[in-house]
Amino acid sequence: MSTQPATGESSAEHETADQKSGLPMSRVALDSELKSIIADVLGVDADEADALNADSGLFGHMPELDSMAVAGLLTEMEDRLDIVIEDDDVDGEMLETYGGLLAFAEGKLSEA
Amino acid sequence: MIASWQAPLSSGKSSEELLVSYDEGRERRVLILPALFDEANKLRRLTVQVMRQLDLSGVDSFLPDMPGVNESLAPLSSQTLMGWRSQVNAAAKNVSATHFLSIRAGALMAPSDLPGWHYAPQTGAKVLRAMIRARTIAAREDGREESSEQLLETGRRDGLTLAGWTIGGEMFRELETAEPIAAGAAATIAQKELGGAGLWLRAEPDEDDAQAAALANIVAGQGTET
Repeated sequence: MSTQPATGESSAEHETADQKSGLPMSRVALDSELKSIIADVLGVDADEADALNADSGLFGHMPELDSMAVAGLLTEMEDRLDIVIEDDDVDGEMLETYGGLLAFAEGKLSEA
Repeated sequence: MIASWQAPLSSGKSSEELLVSYDEGRERRVLILPALFDEANKLRRLTVQVMRQLDLSGVDSFLPDMPGVNESLAPLSSQTLMGWRSQVNAAAKNVSATHFLSIRAGALMAPSDLPGWHYAPQTGAKVLRAMIRARTIAAREDGREESSEQLLETGRRDGLTLAGWTIGGEMFRELETAEPIAAGAAATIAQKELGGAGLWLRAEPDEDDAQAAALANIVAGQGTET
């Protein structure tokens, strides 16, 4: 993970988010970590995972992502992002698209 | 080579179980403790790849089935972690192991008196958590609600079937608190030392020559005193 707080990205939104919570992880760093976790679960290389966008379908769209693989994905997210994911957090919206999962992770990190 | 070994049961009888081995009577003899449950399937090929690589490096290795898993005819639901631990110790004596290599939750049953390595060790609580989560997600897909808390309660009381594995109540309770056994000179091998991602994360079982070679290199190396 880069220790540089996304200097190349100067959108006001990133700065406020980082300043407000003092998060160690910018949206850009989170995006790349999450893609790297998905690449590990799917067994694809980084380039392929990099092609994921907010509308890319996950659970229910990719045959590789069965319930066991999704459970592994969430457990790996807990370990690598240092968050705790409760039963109630897991819903269709969060798992259906890459954008949903990213928004969820962002929300969890800002709670911390 | 495919052979069998006699796993002692608490009843005083024994259970004949599969033993996969590369045995040429060499100096270093490594007992392999495989990953458990869902991860056992995903890591079986890597595990045997590591054994092949060890053989090429002049190291003997032995992979015994524990009662209740893989080819075993014994019911999994009546096995306990305590039972597996004592069977691992029996297997170690049986094959005159000089070292052990545990894989993931295999670390929960490592022998107490041998030096060895824990590859990416996993606690029992995490093993349960991942499988319980898979079950709640699958239930939701089916339009049913199951909560982790309820499943934990049921598991502690009556045991629980998770990812197709029928885990008995006693085993379930033992797993909730089981930690990798830090016996003797056990060294931990982190996933990043092998390069690439852990194969247990994959949806389908896979193999990886480079990872197997890296793991075997460490085990065939200068011993556990690092």
